[in-house]
Amino acid sequence: MANLKTVSKKTKAQAMGMHTEVLTGRTQQKFFNPDEAENFYYFGTYDVDFNKRTDLDVKDMTAPEANKEIDNLMSQGYGTIVIKNPQGKHSLGVGILNKLNLIFEGSLGYFGMGSCDGPIVRINGRVGWSCAENLMAGKVVIEKNAGSCFGAAIRGGDLICKGSVGARTGIDMKGGTIIIGGDAGAFTGFMMQRGRIIILGDVGINLGDSMYDGTIFVGGEIGSYGSDAVDSELTLSDQDWLKRKLKVAEIGENFDVSKMKKIVAGKKLWNYDNLEPTEKKGAI
Amino acid sequence: MCGIAGLIHRGKSSNVGSELQGMLQALKHRGEDSTGYALYGDTDGKNFIMRFKVGENVGEGSSSVMEDVSVYDERKKVVDETLAELGAKVIKEERTLPYSLRYEIDYNVKDLLNFSQTIESIPGVEILSMGKSLEVIKDLGNAKAVCDRYSLDKLVGTHAIGHARMATESGVDIKSAHPFWGYPFSDVSVVHNGQLTNYWNNRRALENKGMRFMSECDSELIAVYIAQKMREGATLEEGMKDSLTGLDGVFTYFVATKDSLGMAKDTMAAKPLVLYESDELVAMGSEEIAIRSVLPQEIDTYDPFDGEVKVWRI
Repeated sequence: MANLKTVSKKTKAQAMGMHTEVLTGRTQQKFFNPDEAENFYYFGTYDVDFNKRTDLDVKDMTAPEANKEIDNLMSQGYGTIVIKNPQGKHSLGVGILNKLNLIFEGSLGYFGMGSCDGPIVRINGRVGWSCAENLMAGKVVIEKNAGSCFGAAIRGGDLICKGSVGARTGIDMKGGTIIIGGDAGAFTGFMMQRGRIIILGDVGINLGDSMYDGTIFVGGEIGSYGSDAVDSELTLSDQDWLKRKLKVAEIGENFDVSKMKKIVAGKKLWNYDNLEPTEKKGAI
Repeated sequence: MCGIAGLIHRGKSSNVGSELQGMLQALKHRGEDSTGYALYGDTDGKNFIMRFKVGENVGEGSSSVMEDVSVYDERKKVVDETLAELGAKVIKEERTLPYSLRYEIDYNVKDLLNFSQTIESIPGVEILSMGKSLEVIKDLGNAKAVCDRYSLDKLVGTHAIGHARMATESGVDIKSAHPFWGYPFSDVSVVHNGQLTNYWNNRRALENKGMRFMSECDSELIAVYIAQKMREGATLEEGMKDSLTGLDGVFTYFVATKDSLGMAKDTMAAKPLVLYESDELVAMGSEEIAIRSVLPQEIDTYDPFDGEVKVWRI
């Protein structure tokens, strides 16, 4: 395992496997300087108490009404909210930029938990397309299956599906971790730029197609590799990390991680526009 | 965008007209230019049911040209005369709307190709469906509006598929609305969500084989493609599997026959589908909320994977 105590701040994320290129410009490393505490809080967030709990039945509410009520309950200090009867409604729980323990007693439709930063969410059901899109921090656990574009463009946090997921899981993801207990569909990790995806089951065709960076771990069979996705050596450090992550995710605790495949970017597509035509052909 | 929905009861009948209306109405935000139903009702199986139109709905939003009702009357008269010449006896006649008719026909010829070609050679006439169980009803407006207009909520049967359409590739009219009848096969219908990119190549090839197209809607190609495969001896499932390579583009589609319901998803899995499956009922739709309209309790659903084809029988 990488010695995280001795590596410098600049390379910590690299040692964790989050990315391999040198970050420049206004990156998250600069945004989250611990000396700038105000950067950890959004304007309009609430100081909630996790022991203050309430139920919210959204059966007869529209998604905007339900989301507004969640915000209202947080403003009253409720830190644990149980949503009853979500019944597959779209866009529930979106835009929560707060610490919160949120539990859904049922399934969500499209775009559930999109653009969130911080909440711990458990969904005792299934989710539709684009669950937790743009998640920045926090943890979202889905007890059943998920639709396509699961965790699209997430920046951080842990996104866990205990069942199977559809196509294009982790498309365009820029950080964080996605963990799948079952199988995943085609184009998993399509154009991913950072972060890690763990799939305990099988995965469909074009895995990691055009991935720029990041890592995909697969426990089952792979339908086919996408353009520029290549095998890499599974290190002991990787195995340690996988075991810890699966334990925290309450999923596949006894899974033999030593047999997993590790897929990374071949990086032939980097600087694609600068390649000569013959080189482009080889890259694809 | 479009939304599709379908359900099949296994081993019993149910009020499929009302159930499908609820499913499609839940998907109305995916498009309400037109809505169509393919309902497989409980019948004695003796006579053919022919749903056909002699004109278009020229209401608000329609891209069709206004015609006088007398034109419709004249076309209906010619249809009646042609049916008599073909030896088809009209047992029951319903004229739901000036342009939309439902006939029960006593007709004992198995090959519907010649029959359909003859009827549709009458200008302005299109057979929406022909079968001993199938009835295709489609018109402009959302699911509830069409259901109310045609009193579909009381129809009892075993299975049904439907479509809520946002017109993108062709006009806002009945002829471009789904479902499409799998001409000239009795009791075959198709609904589709997506776009086909090799439409014209396939269309020309199929027209050379004698198949007919009534619209320029790419989705019609699926119905004709599957029908042609079945004509060549393929089973429904074989025809659908073949379509995964024969059709190019993005699609999720349903096909229904007298006793079965199938789904196919393209190899890119670009179009959504959520599926619920039990021993008694299979229900599927573009979004879970469609299924929730018939199964509001907590249920287990899943997304079929890319390139998946499934067929269920009643």
